[in-house]
Amino acid sequence: MLHIYCPHCCEYREEEEFHCKGQAHIARPLDPDNCSEQEWANFIFFRKNTKGQHQELWHHSAGCGKFFNVSRNTITYKIEQSYLLGTAPQPVLDVNKEGKA
Amino acid sequence: MEKYSGLSLVKHSLSHHENWERQWANPTPNKKYDIIIVGAGGHGLATAYYLAKVHGITNVAVLEKNHLAGGNIARNTTIVRSNYLWDESAALYEHSMKLWEGLSQDLNYNVMFSQRGVYHTCHTLGDMRANERLVHANQIQGVDNEMLTAEQLQKEIPTLDCSAGARYPIMGASVQRRAGNARHDAVAWGYARAASALGVHLIQNCEVTGMIIDGSNTIRGVKTKQYGEIRADRVGCVAAGNSGEMARMAGFEMPVESHPLQALVSEPIKPFLDTVVMSNHVHGYMSQSDKGDLVIGAGIDGWVGYGQRGSYPIIEHTIQAIVEMFPCTSRVRMNRQWGGIVDTTPDACPIIGTTPVKNMFMNCGWGTGGFKGTPGSGWAFAETLAQGKPGDLAAPFSMDRFVTGALIDEHGAAGVAH
Ligand SMILES: Cc1cc2nc3c(=O)[nH]c(=O)nc-3n(C[C@H](O)[C@H](O)[C@H](O)COP(=O)(O)OP(=O)(O)OC[C@H]3O[C@@H](n4cnc5c(N)ncnc54)[C@H](O)[C@@H]3O)c2cc1C
Ligand SMILES: [Zn+2]
Repeated sequence: MLHIYCPHCCEYREEEEFHCKGQAHIARPLDPDNCSEQEWANFIFFRKNTKGQHQELWHHSAGCGKFFNVSRNTITYKIEQSYLLGTAPQPVLDVNKEGKA
Repeated sequence: MEKYSGLSLVKHSLSHHENWERQWANPTPNKKYDIIIVGAGGHGLATAYYLAKVHGITNVAVLEKNHLAGGNIARNTTIVRSNYLWDESAALYEHSMKLWEGLSQDLNYNVMFSQRGVYHTCHTLGDMRANERLVHANQIQGVDNEMLTAEQLQKEIPTLDCSAGARYPIMGASVQRRAGNARHDAVAWGYARAASALGVHLIQNCEVTGMIIDGSNTIRGVKTKQYGEIRADRVGCVAAGNSGEMARMAGFEMPVESHPLQALVSEPIKPFLDTVVMSNHVHGYMSQSDKGDLVIGAGIDGWVGYGQRGSYPIIEHTIQAIVEMFPCTSRVRMNRQWGGIVDTTPDACPIIGTTPVKNMFMNCGWGTGGFKGTPGSGWAFAETLAQGKPGDLAAPFSMDRFVTGALIDEHGAAGVAH
């Protein structure tokens, strides 16, 4: 079970209170009327599917109802940090593929 | 290849079954092949077998980073059915079903395919409508599928709680009677043995770490951890949960995400369930193995994960669903629980076909439900690799559909987890 820190509630809560909403920091095309089909496809469907350190969007759905980002290792599942939307994750130690620092 | 038969059993009993020949060879790889297949799961092995058998191409290597058949093929809950909604997927899965029906004979290997039927229970009006629509679509496609009332269902499965007092009362069900399950390991081993006998090289403990791509964006082979470079004219990637890694090595992204999917089995108990029951609504499914264990499948964890394990709340939720459907199982103890990494796509259908790199092909995105597709997947991908382009069965499943918008939305029919 993941133990997730909500930066809005400023508390650790159990995974069941949250929903993962997938890869974070996907920018919506600035000029949607002039996007190619490939650009729309990239925005809607194509994903990094990172094996290693992954930034993802979470929703505190059964808590405060707010969104935030989490940086998590997808091999070890260890959560490095939670951070607010519109901010970048703090730089951390380089985590190699096996997840050992 | 020594043919398996009743007679061979009797013959080998004379030497206490100590002289059976090895099921497949363990060659060291050549420097170059016509075709390299990455991943010796069910789909990779089936691809190799049909390449050799149907297309006569035997200068083929299957590269596997671990021992063969240790990935999802060894971790799934073995449900086989073909009652999908759209014509494209029904054609693919029904082709697979027809291959299943003759597979043990074809491979001379008992894959224990058991057509014990698969039921989808309906708990809401929405469920009923979706399943009736599916049944009608299947009838037009020539795929068997029928609706049952709750009373009929109760007669066919006495231990299932079809009472009005259930928390989510069952209103009816659809059933595909030709559906069922099979022994997963035997499927992989049977394909491996038959492919090896036709001359295919199965290279175990050979991890692909990179793709060799030349200046004209054409693949020339793969880099491996244990054997260095191995060249090939064409490369087909069938790496299930690691398909995203294959794409990354070749420098492109895909509409695929890898998630943990969990399953569990109970202690063996006396036979009480002779079929497969699944519920999309309470979200769980169960069958009973020939050994007597209850085989229970969960849904995916909602986040990307490569750890071959998932979260506990998913297991808890699944067990709640099973006890809701089969109250008599509430005190059965669970023996083992595990996870596999499944490669899911936005429309719950696989991706089979070409990639942005010339002569590199992908067969992935089978997600939570690729075991049933093993023979059909291998058959369609072998055709793709042999011809250098997809045939009729595979063509609608190109990665391009996510750009053109021609999705094949099987979320309704794919249901719980397969
Ligand atoms: C818990 C669970 C339950 C399931 N239940 C069902 C079900 O009831 N019915 C159903 O139809 N489907 C089910 N599935 C889905 C099904 O198991 C998969 O869709 C299917 O097995 C995937 O194809 P495969 O057998 O080729 O995959 P795998 O067996 O995973 O094969 C992929 C292979 O690629 C290898 N590989 C990866 N990276 C590399 C590399 N770099 N170099 C070399 N080799 C590499 C892996 O080691 C692996 O052996 C279930 C899956 C899970 C996890
Ligand atoms: Zn919160």
